[in-house]
Amino acid sequence: MTVYDGLSRRRMLMKLGILFNAAVGMILAVPIVRYILSPVTRERKPGYESWISLGPLVQFPEGQTRLATYRNPVVNPADGETANIPCWVRHVDGENFQVFAINCAHLGCPVRWFPQSSLFMCPCHGGVYYADGSRASGPPERGLFQYRYKVEQGNLLIQAGEMPTTGDPTARLTNISIGRPPCA
Amino acid sequence: MRLIKKVGDWFDARLQLAAPIRETMEHPVPRRTASWAYVFGSAALTVFMLQLVTGVLLALLYVPSAAEAWNSLQILNHNVALGWFIRALHGWGSNFMVAIVLIHMVQVFLFGAYKFPRELTWMVGILLLLLTLGMAFTGQVLRFDQDAYWGLGIGASIASRVPVMGPWMVNLLLGGPIIAGATLSRFFALHVFVIPGSLMAFVGLHLLLVLKLGINEWPMPGRIVRRTTYLKEYHELTRKDGVPFVPGAIAKDLFFSGFIILLIVVCAAYFGPFGPSGQPDPTIIQTAPRPDYFFLWLYAVLSLLPPSLETPALLIGPVIALAVLVALPFFSGEGEKSWRRRPIAVLTILLVAVALGTFTHLAGYTPWSPVMDAWSSEPIPARYLKGRTALERQGSLVFQVKQCHNCHALGGVGGQRGPALDRVAVKLTGDQLIRQVIQGGGNMPAYGKNLSPPETTALVAFLETLHPAGQAPARDASRAVESNVHP
Repeated sequence: MTVYDGLSRRRMLMKLGILFNAAVGMILAVPIVRYILSPVTRERKPGYESWISLGPLVQFPEGQTRLATYRNPVVNPADGETANIPCWVRHVDGENFQVFAINCAHLGCPVRWFPQSSLFMCPCHGGVYYADGSRASGPPERGLFQYRYKVEQGNLLIQAGEMPTTGDPTARLTNISIGRPPCA
Repeated sequence: MRLIKKVGDWFDARLQLAAPIRETMEHPVPRRTASWAYVFGSAALTVFMLQLVTGVLLALLYVPSAAEAWNSLQILNHNVALGWFIRALHGWGSNFMVAIVLIHMVQVFLFGAYKFPRELTWMVGILLLLLTLGMAFTGQVLRFDQDAYWGLGIGASIASRVPVMGPWMVNLLLGGPIIAGATLSRFFALHVFVIPGSLMAFVGLHLLLVLKLGINEWPMPGRIVRRTTYLKEYHELTRKDGVPFVPGAIAKDLFFSGFIILLIVVCAAYFGPFGPSGQPDPTIIQTAPRPDYFFLWLYAVLSLLPPSLETPALLIGPVIALAVLVALPFFSGEGEKSWRRRPIAVLTILLVAVALGTFTHLAGYTPWSPVMDAWSSEPIPARYLKGRTALERQGSLVFQVKQCHNCHALGGVGGQRGPALDRVAVKLTGDQLIRQVIQGGGNMPAYGKNLSPPETTALVAFLETLHPAGQAPARDASRAVESNVHP
């Protein structure tokens, strides 16, 4: 017959107690982690992006590059003005467009279009792009990000919803000619 | 008087804290540590307390919503009695806190205080530095203006470059697909709950370690730290040549802390609060975002690194720097403490200081950025136009209209992205100028598609006039031979 002395019995109870709390902690951790990761997991299947209208085609004269703005499709009441996103629309010809993200492909600053010299310039670290969005000079390693677009019932639509960043490999935003200027 | 003593005794009979507090205050410290070199830690703590108080005061009115934050700062600045002053105190307090924490770190490094047995104190200190910088960055975000908005974009772009995890980290950082309400809310939670809470806990630990291990003695050249004998030697020192911390050493701490707070008050009253700059409306793109003072060096580094080195430097650089700092007390835990016998330590500090200072200085005038409005706001100096032909003057117009001035300076004004062109005709012949303009290269865009042949001819004619009076422009010798014309 085995006799348990009091100490080891209490020790075992304490260990059981710790184990019990660890299990409860795990149960609690699952929803907490899920909550914290919600920006990553939420609506991930369809993605954050959807088709949005930039307005009728007449706003974008052929051969010109114009600033357009849209309200981000994923939006909350507290977002205020931050959900108004600008982009550059280049009407090449006919139904050929290029819609560039405002964000420099280097670190996301807003690029500005200079129609006189047909260049996009970034005010932050000096990135420059040609009219077709390809890299001209400066620190960016690639051309400007482009949105997918389509023309429907006289309106220009783009697929947008997420801020484009350099490391995003989802390739919804197509990568265009990297590096060398057209003539070099 | 007797009543106060009675009440005090009543509390202490229950709390029993009077004796340990007295013991802590009167613990002996080496006599020479009652020095002006040892005041920065306590000053950092004092400024931290100022930040806590002013932070709570700001939270009374600040609205952590992307739609309202900027407006609430305007109300603080203009509609609330002395709201601007509390904002200024908090802003200047943050600048002083980062500066004092850095000075404290340099002092601790030069005095060898990280060596045995204070390795853990040093490591907690590194954590406190990171938390302080974290407060500075998140605080800049809460001033939800244009700089904050685009600064977040830069943060997200850096995070996106992390292999595999990048896009997830962007969403996690922003709290959604774009910089918006959720972004501000999570930075608010970090700035107001998470980081200050951690700071308080780790400041407590840092102080506990200082008390347990004793303040670092004044380093004497030749007094070598050895793990086997150090503790005995230190206790000997404090026993033989020690003074009680209170009142023996605290006076300089008190004066310096008071002086720093006074300085913050003066700066706040004289210079006023920081911003906010323009509204956080991304459709206002006429902006040149800049980080706050303590991140300017990083701004410069991001502009000057070669593109191919950027991602590795951004992702691996901080890890290496941190690893070196954490490992420091382990590969240099013994030996000389005095800076007089540690030339490499002194040189390291000088090198880091010169590097950071240079980068910060460069970020003050951003030579790498085009001056976005130089083409329309900076005229060409009159001396480059006097006595020129019509074609050359037309070329000067092309120079302005095609935004050449945004990147190239003339007469000391304009962009510095490309070389200044005041002497360009000495360096390049007409043909070379045409080639450079049309094909670009050497970090210059190619203008072949954007200039008509007459425009190019005029521009190059103008550029060929840009040489000092007594110095002939560059010429192509082979051309001279070919056409049999002798200059």
